[in-house]
Amino acid sequence: MNRAIPWLLLSLAVLLFGPGPAAAQQAEADPAAIVQKFGGKQSFDATEAVIAELAATGDERVARALRALRDGDLYWRESDEAVFVATRKGGDYEIFDPITGASAGTVPSGDLQKVRVKNSIRNAVTGALGTLTLRADNPAQRMRAASTLFSEADPEMIGPLDAAIAAEEDAAVKARMEEARASAVLASDLPAEDKAAAAKVLAGRADRESLTMLIRFAGATDDPVARQAAEAAIVAIQNNIAFWNQMQNVWYGLSLGSVLLLAAIGLAITFGVMGVINMAHGEMVMLGAYTTFVVQEFIRNNAPGLFEWSLAIALPLAFLVSGAVGLVMERGLIRFLYGRPLETLLATFGVSLILQQAVRTIFGPSNRQVGNPDWMSGAFDVGLMSVTWNRLWIIVFALVVFLALLAVLNRTPLGLQMRAVTQNRRMAAAMGIRTPWVDAMTFALGSGIAGIAGVALSQIDNVSPNLGQSYIIDSFLVVVFGGVGNLWGTLVGAMSLGVVNKFLEPYAGAVLGKIVVLVLIILFIQKRPRGLFAQKGRFVDA
Amino acid sequence: MILARFLGPRVWILVAVILAAAVLVPMANLGLPRDHPLHVPSYAVQLWGRFVCYALLALALDLVWGYVGILSLGHGAFFALGGYAMGMYLMRQIGARGGYGNPVLPDFMVSLNWKELPWYWYGFDQFWFACLMVVLVPGLLAFVFGFFAFRSRVTGVYLSIITQAMTYALLLAFFRNDMGFGGNNGLTDFKDILGFPIQAVSTRAALFAASCVALAIGVLLVGWITRSKLGKLMIAVRDAESRTRFIGWRPEYVKLFAFTVSGVMAGVAGALYVPQVGIINPGEFSPLNSIEVVIWAAVGGRGTLIGPVLGALLVNYGKTIFTTVWPETWLFLLGGLFVFVTLLLPRGIVGTIDHGFDAFRATRRARDAEKGEAAGAVPNPAE
Repeated sequence: MNRAIPWLLLSLAVLLFGPGPAAAQQAEADPAAIVQKFGGKQSFDATEAVIAELAATGDERVARALRALRDGDLYWRESDEAVFVATRKGGDYEIFDPITGASAGTVPSGDLQKVRVKNSIRNAVTGALGTLTLRADNPAQRMRAASTLFSEADPEMIGPLDAAIAAEEDAAVKARMEEARASAVLASDLPAEDKAAAAKVLAGRADRESLTMLIRFAGATDDPVARQAAEAAIVAIQNNIAFWNQMQNVWYGLSLGSVLLLAAIGLAITFGVMGVINMAHGEMVMLGAYTTFVVQEFIRNNAPGLFEWSLAIALPLAFLVSGAVGLVMERGLIRFLYGRPLETLLATFGVSLILQQAVRTIFGPSNRQVGNPDWMSGAFDVGLMSVTWNRLWIIVFALVVFLALLAVLNRTPLGLQMRAVTQNRRMAAAMGIRTPWVDAMTFALGSGIAGIAGVALSQIDNVSPNLGQSYIIDSFLVVVFGGVGNLWGTLVGAMSLGVVNKFLEPYAGAVLGKIVVLVLIILFIQKRPRGLFAQKGRFVDA
Repeated sequence: MILARFLGPRVWILVAVILAAAVLVPMANLGLPRDHPLHVPSYAVQLWGRFVCYALLALALDLVWGYVGILSLGHGAFFALGGYAMGMYLMRQIGARGGYGNPVLPDFMVSLNWKELPWYWYGFDQFWFACLMVVLVPGLLAFVFGFFAFRSRVTGVYLSIITQAMTYALLLAFFRNDMGFGGNNGLTDFKDILGFPIQAVSTRAALFAASCVALAIGVLLVGWITRSKLGKLMIAVRDAESRTRFIGWRPEYVKLFAFTVSGVMAGVAGALYVPQVGIINPGEFSPLNSIEVVIWAAVGGRGTLIGPVLGALLVNYGKTIFTTVWPETWLFLLGGLFVFVTLLLPRGIVGTIDHGFDAFRATRRARDAEKGEAAGAVPNPAE
C-alpha cells in the first residue's frame, strides 16, 4: 500500500508534466511495470529478457510473479494484456495481482492466455530467484531472503541456495542459508542421507518452526535412516525449547525479583539496619510513583521535548520527596518509639493510612497514567525468549540501586556512622557521633530509596493510592527471608523469591503459586527465624 | 462465689451491662411501639449487634496481645473462618430456594458447573456440625500455626508479620473460585437460620442477644483465664519471656494455649457476625481488617477486660458516623488514631484512667504515710 501512494503521485506528475526522462527511468525500475511486459504474445527470448530485467530490480516482491511463471500460473488478459497470477476455480480463474498478491476477482478461462514457458525459461527463473534475493548486496536483504526460503521449503531452490552458500561471506547469513537449504532438502526427493544431514542442520536451528517442519517430515517419510535422524533432531529441538522455556521462567523470575528487590531495599535499611517496622514503606514507594506522574504531567504541559528524560528528572525528585516525608516521620513520630517495635508498627501503619488518603484526596482514587519513554518500550529476542526493555531496565536499575546503597553503607562517612550506631549506639555516641541525626538520616535514606523504587515501579504497575499496599507484605517477607540487617540477604531473598514464584506459576497458577510461596516462607521462618543470612554474635538481640 | 471475688466488681458490672443490653435492647426493639421515645430501631439493633461481635473479636485479640504480648495481625483470619463455617451452614439452609433451585448445591457451584458437593461441605446442613466447625477450624489453625511459630521462638514483629502473611495467604486462597467458597462474591443470599427467616426483625434481635451473651461469656472466660495462675504466667511471659523460661516454665505452651483460645473466640465472633450482615466474602481476610482490630484494643486499653470492648464499640460507632457523614476523613482519622494512641495514649482509655487512679492513690497513700510516720506508724510504700 505504501508503495501505491508515490506511484499515484508519480502518475499524477506524468499526467501534468508529460513524460520527462527522470520519470521514465523511475517507471522502468518499478517491478509492477516490468511484470506487465510478460503480457501479449512474446518470443521466449523476450520473456527471458523480462526475467533478467526483473531480477535486476533487486526487489523481492517480484519473486511471486517469477515463481508463478515457473509453475505456469502466470497469465495475461486478452483484452488489455494485463498480467495476473491465476488459479483455477471451477471453470473460471481467480486472478491476483502479480506483485501484491491482492485478489482481482474471477474471470472466465477464455479471457486469459498463459505466459508460455519451457525448461530453459524455468531455469532462468530459478537462477533469477536465486540471484535476485540471495545475492543482493545488502546482507540484511540476503538474510531476509534466506528466512523466507526457510519457511517456503521449496526444493527447486536448492541449486541457487548452493550457489549462494558458496559465494556467501557473512557467517550469520550463510548459516541461515544452510538452514533454508536443509528445509528445502527435507521437502525434496533427494536421497535419505541428504535428508538426515538436513535434519541435523535443523536440529542446530532448534526453534518451534523447524520442530513443526521436522515433525511433519518424520510423519511423512518412509525411509528409516531419514526418520531416525529426524526423530533425533526433534528430541534435540524439544530439549532446546524446554531449556529456553526454563530460561524464560528464570528471566521472569529475575524480573519479579528485581521488582521485589526495589520494593524491599529501602526497607532493608529502615527495618533491616535500624530495626524500625515501617508499615508506611509502601506509601513511600507510592509517593515516588506519584512524583513521576507529576513530573510527566509538568513536562507534557510545559516541555514535551523532555519526555524522554522524564524518568531521569523524576528520580532525584522522588528521592527528595519520599526522603523528606521519611525525615518528618522519623523526627515527629518514630524517634519517640525506639525500642517499642510493636508500637512503631501501629503508628507507622496509621501514617500509611493518612498518606494513602491524602494521595486519594489530591489525585483521586483511580489509576493515573504514567507513560513509558521510548527506550523503555519494545522487546527483543534472545534465543527463543523475548525480553522486554522495561523489564531489562528495571533489573539493571535495581542492581544499580543495590550497589549504590552498598557503596553508601560501606564507603561513606554516613554509612560508617550508620553502622556504628546500629552496632553499639552508646559507644558511637561516646565517640562523638550525633546518633539522633544519624537515625534521621538513615530513615530518610531508606525512605528516599523507596521513592526511587516508586519511579521504576510506575513503569510496570498501576499508579494508584493502593500501589504501596500491594508491595508491603512482600517487601517484609523478602527482608525477613533474606535476613535482617544484611543487604546481600535482601538481594538473594528477592531474587530467589521471584524465581521460585515464577517457576511455581505454570504448575500451580499465579494465585496458588503466591500462596505456596507465602506458606513456604512461613515454614522457612519457623526453621530459621532470623532469615537466610542471619547476623551472628552478640548483636543479634541488641 | 469464688469467681465473684476472683474477678472483682468491675468485671461483673461489665457482664451485667452486657447481659442487660442482651435483654433490654431486643425488648425495646420488639416490645415498644415505633413512636415510643425508648424504642430502638431495627437498623440500630443490627448495627450494634455487629459491634458486639467486633467487641468479642477485640477481646480475643486482647487475650493474646494485652496479656501474652503476642501482636497478631491475622486475627481477622480466625474471625473470617468462623464466619465462613457459619456461612456454609446458612448456604445449605437455602436448599432449593436458590436461583438455580438445586436442593443440594449452592448457586455458585451450579454456575461453576459442579456436579457434586465437595467433601468439605458435608455435614454443614446440620447446625450442630457447623457450630463444631466454627470452634474447630479457627482453633485448629491457631493451634497448628501457634505450635510451629512458638516452638521455633518466632517472637515480636516477626510473628506479627507472619500472622499478617497468613491472613494474606488465606485472602488470596479464598478469592479463588475453585476453592469452593464462592470466590470473590463469597457466601450470601441467606434465607434462614434454624428455621427462622434471617431478615426478620425478631431474628435480628435474637442474634443481637446471642452476640451479647457470647460477649459476656467471653469476658468471663478471659477474666477467669487471666486471673488464674495461668494468667499470672501469661503476664510473666509477656513481660520477661526469657526469665520465665529460665525459671523452668515453658512459655511456648502458655502462648499456644492463649493463641488457640483466642482463635476460637475470634471464630465464634465471626460466626455470630455473618448472619447479622448476611454475607461473608474474602475481604474479611484482608490484612487491613486485622490491623483495625488491633487499634480497637489499643484505643480501649489492652491488658484490660473492659478496654477492648469499649474500644471496639467506640471506634466502630465513630467509623459508622464518619463514613456516612464525611467519608473522606475516615482514613485520616483512623490513621491519626493509630498515631495518637501509640504516641500519647499507650495504655488506652481504660488503662490511662486506671493508671491515673493508681497514681492518685499512690500519692495519697504516700501523703497518708507521711502523716502516719509523723504519728509513729509503720510506713506502707505503695508500688
